[in-house]
Amino acid sequence: VSGRRAPWALAGYAVAVYAFLYAPIVILVAFSFNVSKRNAAWRGFTLDWYSQLFHDREILSALTNSLEVAICATLLSTVIGTLGALALARYEFKVKGLYNALIFLPIVIPEVVMGVALLTLFVSMSATLGLGTVVLAHTAFSVSFVAVVVRARLEGYPRSLDDAAADLGATPWQTFWCVTLPMIFPGVLSGALLAFTLSFDDFVITFFNSGAGATTLPIKVYSMIKFGVTPMINGVSTIMLAVTFTAMVIADRFQRGSAATPPS
Amino acid sequence: VAEADDVRTPARLLAPLTIYLVLFLVVPLLLVFVYSIRTFGGYGIVLPQLTLQNYVDCLSEKYLAVLLRSIAYASMATVACLLLGYPLAYCIAMYGGRRKNMLLLLVMLPFWTSYLVRIYAWRTILAGKGFLNLLLLHLHLIAAPLQILNTPFAVVLGLTYGFLPFMTLPLYTSIEKLDRTLLDAALDLGATPISAFLRVALPLTAPGVVAGVILTFIPALGDFVTPDLIGGPETQMIGNVIESKFFIENDWVHGSALAFILMAMLMIALFIYARKAEKEVRG
Repeated sequence: VSGRRAPWALAGYAVAVYAFLYAPIVILVAFSFNVSKRNAAWRGFTLDWYSQLFHDREILSALTNSLEVAICATLLSTVIGTLGALALARYEFKVKGLYNALIFLPIVIPEVVMGVALLTLFVSMSATLGLGTVVLAHTAFSVSFVAVVVRARLEGYPRSLDDAAADLGATPWQTFWCVTLPMIFPGVLSGALLAFTLSFDDFVITFFNSGAGATTLPIKVYSMIKFGVTPMINGVSTIMLAVTFTAMVIADRFQRGSAATPPS
Repeated sequence: VAEADDVRTPARLLAPLTIYLVLFLVVPLLLVFVYSIRTFGGYGIVLPQLTLQNYVDCLSEKYLAVLLRSIAYASMATVACLLLGYPLAYCIAMYGGRRKNMLLLLVMLPFWTSYLVRIYAWRTILAGKGFLNLLLLHLHLIAAPLQILNTPFAVVLGLTYGFLPFMTLPLYTSIEKLDRTLLDAALDLGATPISAFLRVALPLTAPGVVAGVILTFIPALGDFVTPDLIGGPETQMIGNVIESKFFIENDWVHGSALAFILMAMLMIALFIYARKAEKEVRG
């Protein structure tokens, strides 16, 4: 279908915009291997900062916290979001419009407002701020993203398959496990990976809801930036970038894999 | 039996989501509203008397300047995103061929990575002895390092960088749907490429432009990380003021009122957009 080539000015402009998007990331990653402490001039290659950060107890515990929180929030939001998406994609009911609006709310309201609102809730309930509140807060926004992704996957889903399973004597539960879930699994998995990266990378909402004891990796990076620049930040940032890139490339593969249509 | 099942099942499927949305979305927002109409009794003290005074305070000169500044920065960043994002989306949609999906993924990847980390990268690049100044000095374009951090330019640059993918995605979706034969027809009838673009392609992709503008403006207006990391005291945005009301001044009452004003502005923008989109669908 293609065969036309972009005018050179347009192509050049697009390349420049890509360079703008990636230059800061490339510079940051490159300087994580730099001998010099300053992110300005190249003084030679080293892995010293990485070996330092892998011996830094605070960074390691922040990494562990982040992974724990992300795994819990992912499990919670994937289950809740997938069930909700099924209900919204398949059934007509009176307040559906309200649900559709509410689901988009966490995606569109500013993170600061979401952070403040959840903080107000936890304080009103006299909950102790910590990793637990962070998991609940992350789930609060991840649920929406999972629901939206899974629902998109359900758009082209042939309900006749479920009907066939039911006609052949499957219970609704069996139909869900043996027919529906395998069919929408790529969507569920990419929703889960999205929830994982959102949680793993979240700074603003965590900042408002973590209290003093629950330092996640982004919180640790923030305090390293604010209180004395150490070259280790580049290394920690590079690790965070690598985790997210990997998760998103996998999610993209799954989302693009076999569409939810049966073999004809 | 099937009908009865249809009525029962969504309730069961919806129960977890309903509980979550009510408990962690509706209730918290209501609590913020309740805080915003309580009376401020000094550092850390909230009196139960209800009042609208906080909203009056928040629209006084002191906060109005911050609100207007936030709107100005977010608008400038949105325009910059449009100028960068439109040609990029156009190039991918029209000439991407088989590599379209890959090119689009490349636009979206930075968006999924940590915003904090990406803005930190700019902080090191824009610093007095940072990469950019060193490069400019090396090329003899400047005689002394420029002060870039803490300026409005730095904040608008950071917002533009941060939210460019939000702009590009809806633009791409809109341009993808554009019927290319219409452009060919315009060219055949003697239009110059530029006038064909301005009079055919641009009006037909206007819904994508509007969606992109809304999706960029909203997070930019409420951003807290960019002005915090690469801005200074003079470039604070509303998000920073809300944060300091909660954590530094311990004045949740005014912090809540500001959060509500921010949300109201965004809801109005979204509402106008939804109305317009609805009209377009109806024709």
